[in-house]
Amino acid sequence: MDFQLTEDQEALQEGIRSFCEGRVPADRLPDLEAKGGFDRGLWGELAEMGVFSLRRPEAEGGVGLGCADAVLVFAELGRRLVPGPLVWSHLAAGLLEGAAGGAVVVGGIDCTADSDGPLLLEHLAHLDALLVLRTDGAFRVDPRAVAAEPVAVPLDPLTPLHHAAALPGGERVADAAAAARLRLEGATLAAAQLLGLAEGSQQLATAYAKQREQFGRPIGEFQAMKHLLADAFVRQELARAAVYAAGAILDDPSAGEPVRAVAAAKLTAGEAALRNSRTCIQVHGGMGYTWEVPAHLYLKRTWVLENGFGTGGEHAHRVADLLG
Amino acid sequence: MDLRDSQAEARFREELRAWLAEAVPAHGPPPPAHDWPARRAYDTGWQRKLFDAGYAGMSWPAEYGGRDATPNEQLIYSEETARAGAPYVGVNFVGTLHGGPTLIAEGTPEQKQRHLARILRGEEVWCQGFSEPSAGSDLASLKTAAVREGDHYVVSGHKIWCSFAQVADFGELLVRTDPEAPKHKGISWLILPMDAPGIEIRPLPTLAGEGEFSEVFLDAVRVPVENRVGEENDGWRVTNVTLRFERGTAFAGELVLLQRNLAELVDLAKQRGRWADPALREDVGHMAAEIDALWAMVKLSVCRASRTGMPGLEASAIKLHYSELYQRMTELGLRVLGRAALSREDVGGLPSGRFLAEGLKSLNSSIAAGTSQIQRNIVAERILGLPREPRR
Repeated sequence: MDFQLTEDQEALQEGIRSFCEGRVPADRLPDLEAKGGFDRGLWGELAEMGVFSLRRPEAEGGVGLGCADAVLVFAELGRRLVPGPLVWSHLAAGLLEGAAGGAVVVGGIDCTADSDGPLLLEHLAHLDALLVLRTDGAFRVDPRAVAAEPVAVPLDPLTPLHHAAALPGGERVADAAAAARLRLEGATLAAAQLLGLAEGSQQLATAYAKQREQFGRPIGEFQAMKHLLADAFVRQELARAAVYAAGAILDDPSAGEPVRAVAAAKLTAGEAALRNSRTCIQVHGGMGYTWEVPAHLYLKRTWVLENGFGTGGEHAHRVADLLG
Repeated sequence: MDLRDSQAEARFREELRAWLAEAVPAHGPPPPAHDWPARRAYDTGWQRKLFDAGYAGMSWPAEYGGRDATPNEQLIYSEETARAGAPYVGVNFVGTLHGGPTLIAEGTPEQKQRHLARILRGEEVWCQGFSEPSAGSDLASLKTAAVREGDHYVVSGHKIWCSFAQVADFGELLVRTDPEAPKHKGISWLILPMDAPGIEIRPLPTLAGEGEFSEVFLDAVRVPVENRVGEENDGWRVTNVTLRFERGTAFAGELVLLQRNLAELVDLAKQRGRWADPALREDVGHMAAEIDALWAMVKLSVCRASRTGMPGLEASAIKLHYSELYQRMTELGLRVLGRAALSREDVGGLPSGRFLAEGLKSLNSSIAAGTSQIQRNIVAERILGLPREPRR
């Protein structure tokens, strides 16, 4: 057993981290918001970084890496609140021509869960293709063929939404087994982004607690603050372990039970992101309740990701089913 | 990121498993909790068998008779012994996991010669005399005084939470040798022979009614100066050398027990006709997932430590989550028991005895070995770098 990052993985993580720091700094988020949460130039750069082609074989122009590597990349994207249909374009890289290189922007929706909620499609206006996961397979749908109304005020200002009454059937691009696998991979990459959100919001809150002074001392000196932040760190590290394990087990199912490992990742990362981003707002006090402090963006993105590829509750039920 | 055993690790696991499959049933069931002489004999007898089979002192260097095992092998050892239902380390806890390693790191050649092999063979039992009634989380404020008289220290004071004191041969004792110095600078570490005149041991029953803990009263107890480990007034550093010792890998065993508790909870829910309840299924599935995640966290921490050679600070984070999860799980067990949870004996064909025992025992997990509040301070200050609170 050698359950830690290899040197190559550390280099990969460092590479995507410095890319995100340079290209998607916090002060660029308002600009991306003004562009409706999508920028084709940035998308091309993400594609060049290999975000979508990461797991494609090198012979097909990919990077030839696995899920254990992809989770590192997606955690960094989450930490920096990078917007766009990142997971879907990554999943589509082996299915739809042009997705891996970023020329074809692919979004998607998971229709396998028992959900009677409204059909809300993310980033629809920017998509070249829509991937629909159903229990009997994955289907390519032409976004222009979808009758949908834009949602005037989406929760996450960087995740625009359309409301559709129904989806066309589309063209089948993967069978039921492949679709089930895509769902596991999607849940794992969403969990990785949630891990990043948990870490990013904890770091923002910790930095503020060191600098903000009240009663003549930094508020981070008070145990009431310390304990909030320590708990945030514990949740983040629990999620990190679960997300890394899910990536490793998807690459090598002999190392564990994929359904269970993915459930643990999605559930713990969702919980960590949800509670850490709330902690981040709380630690910022009144400023945490404003639009200008980005604390709210972590919580809003968390809600988007928590409600994709199975909620924590759904994954808990899947684990219970495996227990007998 | 490889989660599987290497070939050498798989071989180690297989050999250990085969040995345990014979040795554990042959050792028989544990004696009643209140029969201390029998418990000492049972635990030290098991330690002797571990020694003969080459599994004693997993982390101890080979030159002191240990196995010098890799952190991964220690993890496998904790996992497999728990899985096989092997006797818990019991009365050998302080000697093998704390006192012995402290002597290895800081003891004189004579001290090592005298104690290490006997601890490893189960011939010598140790207890701990660190905490005092007014020195708990703030351990360095301890008051037990040691006054030098020739080649002896004369020790008077009051120690508490001394596990297995009633059957111990030696105690690791922290005393104040310089009352004038700042509190961390006036402490020394002594080996206390438990048969020395002036020692009185009074049991301190736990809320579960068990007698593991004692208070130890010391009245002008004479301890030879040669029993001091490390320099005079350097005892705080000596203590911290091993304070985090083995905490990381030991959690593997605790997690196996959590998995077993959860499986028993599912059986109980089925027996009570509650397993179809979606709210219960969600809670149980959630806990199973969290146990898996914590397992992965332990592995990540152990592998990181074996690269750096240093036990990581994450042990505090692991302990925090472990104790919370353990308590939540036993609470859920009591919820499933319903009114049977009023009885500490099995009642109406339900295993309330075992569930209550776990429920009460779990209350200790967020207090012993550093309370959860102290662990949060450690995480916040040493990992997140938040400013220390002014303290005296």
